[in-house]
Amino acid sequence: MSKATTPPGFGFGEDEEMLRDLARKFLDEKLPVEALRKLVAEAPEPVYDHGQRPPWAPGLWKQIVELGWAGLAVEEADGGAGISMAGIAGLVEEVGRHALPSPLISTLSAALVLRSAASAPGREQLRRIALGTTAALAITPASGSWEPGDCGITGTRQGDGYLLNGSAHFVQDAFKADFFVGTARVDDELLLFALPSEAEGVSLEQDHIHDLTRDQGTLRLSDVRLSAKDVVSPNGEEVLQRAWPGLLVLVSADLCGTSEWQLQTTVEYAKNRKQFDHPLGFFQAVKHPLVNAMVEIDRARSLLYHAACCIDMGSPESLEAACMAKSAASDAGAFISDRSVQLHGGIGFTWECDVHIYFKRSMHNQALLGDGVHQRRKLADRLIGPIGATVENETA
Amino acid sequence: MSAPHLSPEHAEFHEYARRWLDENAPPPAPERLPLSPIEVMTVGQRDYLQDWQGRCYEAGLIGCDYPVEYGGRGHQGFQSIANQALGKARVPFMINVVGLNMAAPTILHHGSEEQKKKFIPGALSGSEIWCQGFSEPGAGSDMANQQTQAIPQGDNWIVNGHKVWTSLGHFAQWMILITRTSKHHKYDGLTYFLAPIEGHPGVTVRPLVKITGESGFNEVLFEDAVIPDSCRLDAVGKGWTVAMTTLTYERGAAESAGGGSGEAARPTQRLINLARETQRNGVCAADDPVTRDALMQRAIVAEGLAQNARRARVPALCDHPMRLPLQQKLVGSELSQHNARLGVQIAGAHSMLYKLDSSAPSQGYWPLAYMNSYGHTIAAGTNEIQRNILGERVLGLAKSK
Repeated sequence: MSKATTPPGFGFGEDEEMLRDLARKFLDEKLPVEALRKLVAEAPEPVYDHGQRPPWAPGLWKQIVELGWAGLAVEEADGGAGISMAGIAGLVEEVGRHALPSPLISTLSAALVLRSAASAPGREQLRRIALGTTAALAITPASGSWEPGDCGITGTRQGDGYLLNGSAHFVQDAFKADFFVGTARVDDELLLFALPSEAEGVSLEQDHIHDLTRDQGTLRLSDVRLSAKDVVSPNGEEVLQRAWPGLLVLVSADLCGTSEWQLQTTVEYAKNRKQFDHPLGFFQAVKHPLVNAMVEIDRARSLLYHAACCIDMGSPESLEAACMAKSAASDAGAFISDRSVQLHGGIGFTWECDVHIYFKRSMHNQALLGDGVHQRRKLADRLIGPIGATVENETA
Repeated sequence: MSAPHLSPEHAEFHEYARRWLDENAPPPAPERLPLSPIEVMTVGQRDYLQDWQGRCYEAGLIGCDYPVEYGGRGHQGFQSIANQALGKARVPFMINVVGLNMAAPTILHHGSEEQKKKFIPGALSGSEIWCQGFSEPGAGSDMANQQTQAIPQGDNWIVNGHKVWTSLGHFAQWMILITRTSKHHKYDGLTYFLAPIEGHPGVTVRPLVKITGESGFNEVLFEDAVIPDSCRLDAVGKGWTVAMTTLTYERGAAESAGGGSGEAARPTQRLINLARETQRNGVCAADDPVTRDALMQRAIVAEGLAQNARRARVPALCDHPMRLPLQQKLVGSELSQHNARLGVQIAGAHSMLYKLDSSAPSQGYWPLAYMNSYGHTIAAGTNEIQRNILGERVLGLAKSK
């Protein structure tokens, strides 16, 4: 999929634009903010403490599958749409803008990892995804480390398969997933596997999270038998490293979408709400921070498409570009979240105002796969070199 | 260096520009050059830079998109290619920044046939230096509050007033000048002139000294100066509209039609190099996690600005046509300021050393660049004004005034 030259416009062409505009229209119609509030925030502190599943709209998901979004990251040869990363970023921005509760991003993430494995078992799973099977990544240990090599599951060889034990944490939309793509440490290797959620010995524990638009869980494996055909790759670490920029792009795109909604919603409020005989936006203490938020969002968005384009071209700078995008998107998200609540004033502090739904989704995404500080630490290792790498040139 | 998606004609020009710059880079300047054209102080600096702009013009790297009859080459889309090549070649900047980026495009939009033929060629070649007479002691951010008066007298105008922050005024032959021709209308009472400066009776240019201790800009006094009506640009009372055209070019909202920036590329790399060379508390500054984070923040903003320029050319990824163009001056000037400030911070104790101290890192570049950066966050409409414009024109918030 590597192309020789930089495409114009980040490779965001007519197909990508059409897909994005269609997504915007579809979600505007199916999930206006009133419907979203009704779906996820009808009652305060609704369901999480009691083991119930957080609400989402399976009917809407069925339509989404019919639209082909689930298979966007699956190549055409495997029954997917094989659209560019730039196109996926455009669509996920709309998903974020509507704060869509769905297994879409977790499934796209799993598909990117499976695709990066480029193996026969991986392609088998990709074909299932293209047909509407949902998936989630189970790659994070209890410590919350985002290093692709760290994992909380170990495997021991048994026959031509493996026996898996341990746990994967911070699994996104875990209760919506038909299967998991996970990693297990086997001696010095990191095994990448695919495991159905109903397999024997698999259990899920629900996390209580503040975000109302998704669920999260801990996947526990107790003597789970993994057959050889479910091993996606024996080089899980490499596979994850290759897929990592794409995973960062997905979360960054969602953040860009939520941030733009927060900006526009707060701007609308600042136009309509009057105090001291003026609309709030008249006051520079309100206007200037909103402009600053816009500047940050635009930076994130430009870096997002740059990163997506790098991935589409197979550029060696993909990871740097994606770290930059995620850092900028996380920080832009944090800033506009902060201002969206503050500038709404008293009403912004209440459950009845919609801004909290986006505030929480954004806060979740800021941390997911590493916040701005984390991304910049990774970036510094690449652009400056690891700490201690600078050769001392004088010892006078 | 790859040149993506150029037509054969453009690719050929790109190759020509690159090769010409490679073969014709000027010898080192006889004296230290300032950071930008608005700080040119001495005759030696001027002569060297004027010669360089003239050679670039002769080579067809400047003014290439202007019509041939006005001294250009009549091409389309060549200037941005030349600008890119100039930027990458690390050659000196174009001295006639006001002429190239402000006067020439404004005259092209609003000028008579005669004015275009008379003024544009010299602005492009740099043979005639231009300065800008917009700011006054009482008309800074509130630019329409112009007090410089022009009163008609036969075929002439009698001009009285006081202009400030006039970069390059001490070398300029011409000034783009806003005057008040009616006291009854704030905006419709303004008229725009192309005013003679050097040696013109009734015009006095006095240098102003900046916080850096350097000069380069001036105050200009008009005392019963006689300016012929043939120097009036566009109609009487249209000065505000014409000034907006100028500012559009100055703030980078339109592709710089004159071209030739020559600014050093990759400012973050320079900061990283500084950090690698600097010991702080016995540890290399490049190993300090706080400094590393700050450096990466700068790198991200710089890359973001470059990618904004790329995205601005993709209408499908822009919600509002002016949203990115109007941010450029704001973000660019604050990026330079924060970069320079970080350089000062990293240099630590050595940041106290200034230009003439032989131990100063990069001959005092960091404190000098930091202090100078306020010129850019204040000029061309302070960044506070830029934020008002963005909030009002792009976000649609109520006007603050």
